[in-house]
Amino acid sequence: MKNFAELFKRLDRTTKINTKVAALADYFIQVDDEDKLWTMALLSHRRPRRTVNSKLLRAWAGELSGIDVWILEESYHVVGDLAETIALVLPPPEQDYDHTLTYWIQYIEQFAGYDEEGKKEAVQEAWRGLGTTERYLFNKLITGNFRVGVSQKLMTRALASATGIEETNLAHRLMGNWTPNDTTFEELIHSESATDDISRPYPFYLAYQLEQPAGELGSPDEWQAEHKWDGIRGQVIVREDEVFVWSRGEELVTDKYPEYHLLASAIPNGTVIDGEILPYRDGQPLGFNVLQTRIGRKTVSKKLLKDAPVVLMCYDILEYEGRDVRKLPMSGRRELLERVIEENDTQEVLQLSPVFHFTHWDELAAERETAREKYSEGIMLKRRDSEYKQGRKKGDWWKWKVDPLTIDAVMMYAQRGHGRRANLYTDFTFGVWDGDVLVPFTKAYSGLTDKEFNQITSWVRRNTVEKFGPVRSVKPQQVFEIGFEGIRKSTRHKSGVALRFPRMLRWRQDKPMDEANTKADLEAMLEVYGS
Amino acid sequence: MPLLTFNDRGIYCARADVYIDPWKPVPRALITHGHADHSRWGNDHYLSTRLAAPVIKYRLGDIDLETVEYGEVKTINGVKFSFHPAGHIIGSAQIRVEYKGEIWVASGDYKLEDDGLCQPYEPVQCQHFITESTFGLPVYRWIPQEELFADINDWWRATAAEGRTAIITGYALGKAQRILDGLDTSIGKIYTHGAIENTNEVLRAQGIKLPDTTRVTREVNKKEYPGNIVVATPGAIGQPWVKKFGNASVAAASGWMTLRGARRRRGADRGFVLSDHCDWPSLLEAIDLTGADNIYVTHGYTAIFSKYLREQGYNAVELETDYEGELAEIETKGSEETSKENALADEE
Repeated sequence: MKNFAELFKRLDRTTKINTKVAALADYFIQVDDEDKLWTMALLSHRRPRRTVNSKLLRAWAGELSGIDVWILEESYHVVGDLAETIALVLPPPEQDYDHTLTYWIQYIEQFAGYDEEGKKEAVQEAWRGLGTTERYLFNKLITGNFRVGVSQKLMTRALASATGIEETNLAHRLMGNWTPNDTTFEELIHSESATDDISRPYPFYLAYQLEQPAGELGSPDEWQAEHKWDGIRGQVIVREDEVFVWSRGEELVTDKYPEYHLLASAIPNGTVIDGEILPYRDGQPLGFNVLQTRIGRKTVSKKLLKDAPVVLMCYDILEYEGRDVRKLPMSGRRELLERVIEENDTQEVLQLSPVFHFTHWDELAAERETAREKYSEGIMLKRRDSEYKQGRKKGDWWKWKVDPLTIDAVMMYAQRGHGRRANLYTDFTFGVWDGDVLVPFTKAYSGLTDKEFNQITSWVRRNTVEKFGPVRSVKPQQVFEIGFEGIRKSTRHKSGVALRFPRMLRWRQDKPMDEANTKADLEAMLEVYGS
Repeated sequence: MPLLTFNDRGIYCARADVYIDPWKPVPRALITHGHADHSRWGNDHYLSTRLAAPVIKYRLGDIDLETVEYGEVKTINGVKFSFHPAGHIIGSAQIRVEYKGEIWVASGDYKLEDDGLCQPYEPVQCQHFITESTFGLPVYRWIPQEELFADINDWWRATAAEGRTAIITGYALGKAQRILDGLDTSIGKIYTHGAIENTNEVLRAQGIKLPDTTRVTREVNKKEYPGNIVVATPGAIGQPWVKKFGNASVAAASGWMTLRGARRRRGADRGFVLSDHCDWPSLLEAIDLTGADNIYVTHGYTAIFSKYLREQGYNAVELETDYEGELAEIETKGSEETSKENALADEE
């Protein structure tokens, strides 16, 4: 674990990609294959299962440190991370345990068979022999939310440099349904063909938001335009008479969407389609909030299937007749995709994402304006001759989202952020006027620069009216422009509305608070855009 | 009426009609130390220790400043005032106030660890103790300074080996000199930011021994910096001033560097946990050593720390003050100190 702690410190200190890759490559050369495999697993979100709940962890840490749980809680609000808070409040270590990362992970996995007292002894024993950073990592492993600022792509690059295997091949081998408990480093890394694991997906190709005017992209006939559907990005794989559904978070979600199961026999083996898991009925997409009722559910009831049915809105094909077709141009892949959908009876589970024909960019701009009515987030632009790349790349694919809805609101409450932003006030509650009273209607915690968060934090400290635990009410004065993607009625919120993706677009220091919007303005928006 | 009370100008002794570290102008001010949040402009008359006086005068200009030695008793309308070492920075003091057997101590900012530069902290027995709580949470626990300076020097050595410049930041008064004192000058040369070098000159003139330093000016050839170290103020980072050092490694030295969030937000390559304030164990130790039952908690985690003290059986209350602790070392707001530092740096 000492190597791993050192790696973590080196990664944590820098934002420079090359420095991170170098730290990882050094590490991969130092440690044995088991630790390599576990590190790869952790950096690709394959974490050991949570075996201890955080409430118990707090109690045990308080006990070992001789402090009450309430002050540990308060410290947690300041630090913003429970694993770190515990690592810091514990007394200095009495021993110095030097074991591998794999040793500690197996140590933690054994907790599953212990009773509460056994777990407590094991955890406190480990704490007594680990330094601050090692404790922090140990706690992260126990709570199952280990995260470090390294993308899978970065890790793959470092591994490529340490093993001499080509990066794209590695990327493919690292995807799919493996865990360190059912494979070895050798097996995983040196497996020769993609069909070793029939469920293995291709890395998704992701687009950036368009920054320049669309007209500057060149001739319209070089581009394919579709709606940007408001569902979950998904990849459907049919191989060897089985179907696998992957979501973009590289999560296997086949069981959550039984609608797709008929595809195993409906389309030919060796087909992989990229599309949107979209709630859909009677030829129409439904709002994203319909799909939300299914996310996070492990079992899908008949009622849920009836209330929130999904289709796959298909926009690309990655494997055709068992061949990887990602190098074909977009236009060629589109033809294959149309062929698969037209030639097979998929009982409308596969829908072809319509391509919008346009000869002038203005026509497309007009179509984009209607996106919200169609439950789409805007327009996707793909170059007709583009191949299917991996990861987020600029140039060939762009998303051209509709502008957000906006409202000017007054800050009412402030709360400290978490992680990197602990100690700064970053989580705010905003209100609109109802007569001369402010009614809270949304929270927002992103959209400002670090400098602005510093400024507003300093302001919050000086203009606190009351403190309620970690929350402070502040003098109504500061106006922010809040942007959001949608609005709907809500019985759970006092204001009667719920916003989708609210964030701060601008700090309106120029605007006096009595010029902020009103509850009536919000209700008018609900009337027009509400679902 | 208690001997000391708290109003919107500062800590007030009505019987002697004097304030301790007032944040608004008053006729007569007793000053614990020279940091901007404790010694402010606009008072008619100032009283401080002899050792603190040169820096206060340098910052506030031509003021009416009277000085005392540590331990010397100054009586005003029957009230006895004396200044005792606080161990925070050079000349810093706790102010003891006594009248008819009632004893108060206003400690300003303080730390228990002897930093080898300033007069070490001395506990003062009292019934009423006014304490800061800048790091009044159990997550703050400093490592011994020898270990810390070994880490800092290792980082400098490694940075020098890569042919890069090391930059380390801390307050111009106090932290900067403490860093200078701990650097291993066998590794290379030490350069200083203008605001720090100005303070160094004031301190050297009063006999404080500091290692040799060179002021960063336009006249220094940029090629001289790599391999050496620059001690800078926190406000200088992110300014055009740092461009001359090219691909430097930047470290911040502050108690806040305990927290991962603060380290990452600061955007520094390294964070060293070095503070001139008490950590959690030493705050508790200091309070215990005074023997006081009544504790008044100022700047820092006031609400949490006073609640904790009440649970331990103290009669503890929290106070709203304008003191800042180490705040300016992580915040980029335009505090007096920071804007003055930047103004000085621009003058070069």
